Amino acid sequence: MDVAQLKRQLFEYTTLLFHEGFLDEQFTQLQQLQDENNPDFVVEVVSLFFDDSQRLLNELAKALDQQNIDFKKVDAHVHQLKGSSSSIGAQRVQRVCIAFRNYCQDKNVEGCLKCLQQVKQEYSLLKNKLETLFNLEKQILAAGGSAPM
Amino acid sequence: MESCNCVEPQWPADELLMKYQYLSDFFIALAYFSIPLELIYFVKKSAVFPYRWVLVQFGAFIVLCGATHLINLWTFAIHSRTVAYVMTIAKVLTAAVSCITALMLVHIIPDLLSVKTRELFLKNKAAELDREMGLIRTQEETGRHCALWMPTRSGLELQLSYTLRQQQNPVGYTVPIHLPVINRVFSSNRALKISPNSPVARIRPLAGKYIPGEVVAVRVPLLHLSNFQINDWPELSTKRYALMVLMLPSDSARQWHVHELELVEVVADQVAVALSHAAILEESMRARDLLMEQNVALDLARREAETAIRARNDFLAVMNHEMRTPMHAIIALSSLLQETELTPEQRLMVETIMKSSNLLATLINDVLDLSRLEDGSFQLNIATFNLHAVFREVLNLIKPVASVKKLLITLNLAPDLPEYAVGDEKRLMQVILNVVGNAVKFSKEGGISITAFVAKAEYLREARPPEFIPVPSDNHFYLRVQVRDSGSGINPQDIPKLFTKFAHNQSLATRNSGGSGLGLAICKRFVTLMDGHIWIESEGIGKGCTATFIVGLGIPEKLNESKFPVLPRGSSNHVLANFSGLKVLVMDDNGVGRAATKGLLLHLGCDVTTVSSGDELLHAVSQEHKVVLMDICTPGIDSYEVAVQIHRLYSQHHERPLLVAITGSTDKVTKENCMRVGMDGVIQKPVSLDKMRNVLSELLECGHQMSSLARV
Repeated sequence: MDVAQLKRQLFEYTTLLFHEGFLDEQFTQLQQLQDENNPDFVVEVVSLFFDDSQRLLNELAKALDQQNIDFKKVDAHVHQLKGSSSSIGAQRVQRVCIAFRNYCQDKNVEGCLKCLQQVKQEYSLLKNKLETLFNLEKQILAAGGSAPM
Repeated sequence: MESCNCVEPQWPADELLMKYQYLSDFFIALAYFSIPLELIYFVKKSAVFPYRWVLVQFGAFIVLCGATHLINLWTFAIHSRTVAYVMTIAKVLTAAVSCITALMLVHIIPDLLSVKTRELFLKNKAAELDREMGLIRTQEETGRHCALWMPTRSGLELQLSYTLRQQQNPVGYTVPIHLPVINRVFSSNRALKISPNSPVARIRPLAGKYIPGEVVAVRVPLLHLSNFQINDWPELSTKRYALMVLMLPSDSARQWHVHELELVEVVADQVAVALSHAAILEESMRARDLLMEQNVALDLARREAETAIRARNDFLAVMNHEMRTPMHAIIALSSLLQETELTPEQRLMVETIMKSSNLLATLINDVLDLSRLEDGSFQLNIATFNLHAVFREVLNLIKPVASVKKLLITLNLAPDLPEYAVGDEKRLMQVILNVVGNAVKFSKEGGISITAFVAKAEYLREARPPEFIPVPSDNHFYLRVQVRDSGSGINPQDIPKLFTKFAHNQSLATRNSGGSGLGLAICKRFVTLMDGHIWIESEGIGKGCTATFIVGLGIPEKLNESKFPVLPRGSSNHVLANFSGLKVLVMDDNGVGRAATKGLLLHLGCDVTTVSSGDELLHAVSQEHKVVLMDICTPGIDSYEVAVQIHRLYSQHHERPLLVAITGSTDKVTKENCMRVGMDGVIQKPVSLDKMRNVLSELLECGHQMSSLARV
């Protein structure tokens, strides 16, 4: 495939992600921050997000597994996750976190567990999609094209 | 003694018998004499007795009989010859009279009998007469008649509208109005006798016997509502009369007397008044009914109008949002598109899309603004702003267009024009931009001069229209802006139309001038809302045009109070392109957030250090750091406390780093808290590059003034 085709593919894919609500303008902002001084900025931040989220999801699973659930702790974790997801523009994850926090405040165990499932789901979806995105970029770079973002 | 010729009684005079005879004779004589006396007496008494002669005869007969019997008294004894003679004479006479009387009675008795029948006859007649009298009386009453004739609507006929007795002719019987008898009556204001045979008097069909009584007719003026002037008697120039007819009973011998006629005239006047009262009452009732109907109709119309207005407002509210959202999406995505790599022709296309969508957005905003202005629901956003900056902004915006057209733009701000003013900055800029834009649009060459100064009292007096006399006071002033161009000018006749909605000056506008014709109308409304006036003068086609407006603005109080002045948006003059070497300290407990903010600041050229807690912050902060950015959504860390600590550490203002809070909440409480602890600025998440740039540049420029940016 040539560069132009790849670029078009990338553009379409990115637009699709925006359209489906996986990403929002915050992601665009991050993309804008990428320049010659900081060529892998987006990838770095996103990797950071992945690591952070993974950790938080594990913590959440552990906390909700307890007999006496410490809702404050759960809330703190969800707050963190919310913050991270909003920082990179992971819109769907952020939305679930907001709902999650409400359940925490209501001390609704079932709701919390449901939300945890949802968050995990959204997170893995997003992870896959972003990884695909980055692969495409790598291909473009490999094919000799300039950084599209 | 001579012997008498009387027969000697045969027997010897029985003394007793003689006595009785003697007595009876005496009484008989007496009776015989008294009966005629009685007769005479009673005949004299009665006035009418047709048979006097008979009575005399009878009287004579009785008298003579009495005399005979009386004389008989003397014959019982021996009597003389004289007595005998007398006796004989008496008897002879008596005989004569009796025979005559007897003969007369034969005639008289049938007559007497017939008197009796006549008496009976008379009695019958009298009874009959009584009956007839009763009849006649009733007839007399029916014969007495009164009728009122009213003119019909057409005025050509008189209609019988009232009779005393509603029997014979039903109401509705009409008579043509132009009969001579009627004209005669109408032309005089007196009661006139008319012939009973005239159609107005002939109410009942004539029965044979009756001779109708006398008839009098009088006119009754019909007063119309319009004849009643206030304080004036009604004018009797009315042409409409009704006719009142009074009829005497038939067969009556009565006649109309003069005083009776006068009475009739008075009655006629009263009738006129009564009729007019009735007419007025009827009229007022009708008017009242009409008014009620109209009220109902008006009420309905008002409710319909209100519904329509509400519907329109709802529609506008919905359209407002619905139209703006896609508009913004288009504009946002097109601007993003512009940032990507495009071929020249693609770039041209995208630029056209941008321009068109901007125009469309402006149009939508204008229309929505105008409808809100008309509603009266529009309110100005009053705030303090930089007046000079507004003018500079306008200049910057208009310079590119003007330079393309090779027009020279000069801006003259009076030295006493205050730098800051209180008012609706956005709308003021809109007005200035519109006016200047028009000047540029309609000028092909030459220059545009913009002057702005504080309007003094003298200027205000000359300001047109003369009824507009604003009075400046201590806390507000009037800004006067004049934009003069040397363009195509306007025909003075067209000037009034300029400010009307949608009116396009076809003669001037080029095809590409764009705009909806709303611009000046909106400007006028804004200016009026700002307590001002706008007008345009031109000497004619080709002689240029001068647009002037005056608006009232407030004088802001001293700036050191704790208020957040609103920054002019997009004031690109003041934004530094990069902040190279600016040392910034970022506190955020969220790793991803930290990385994002750091990347942002690095992109801007700052020298960034990051910490993840308040303690670390307090440790890391130093005088080298010019700005400290704190994420205050972090639970568990009291960022406010940290801010207070920093204030304590750095008591002098020029040493202290600028404190900026990054928050996700939009409520006032957060802002107030930040203000309370002494933050210099607040940024709302999500943080964009532009936001950060603006905040930092503002902060660095204004020093320790507090500035805030609302969510963009």
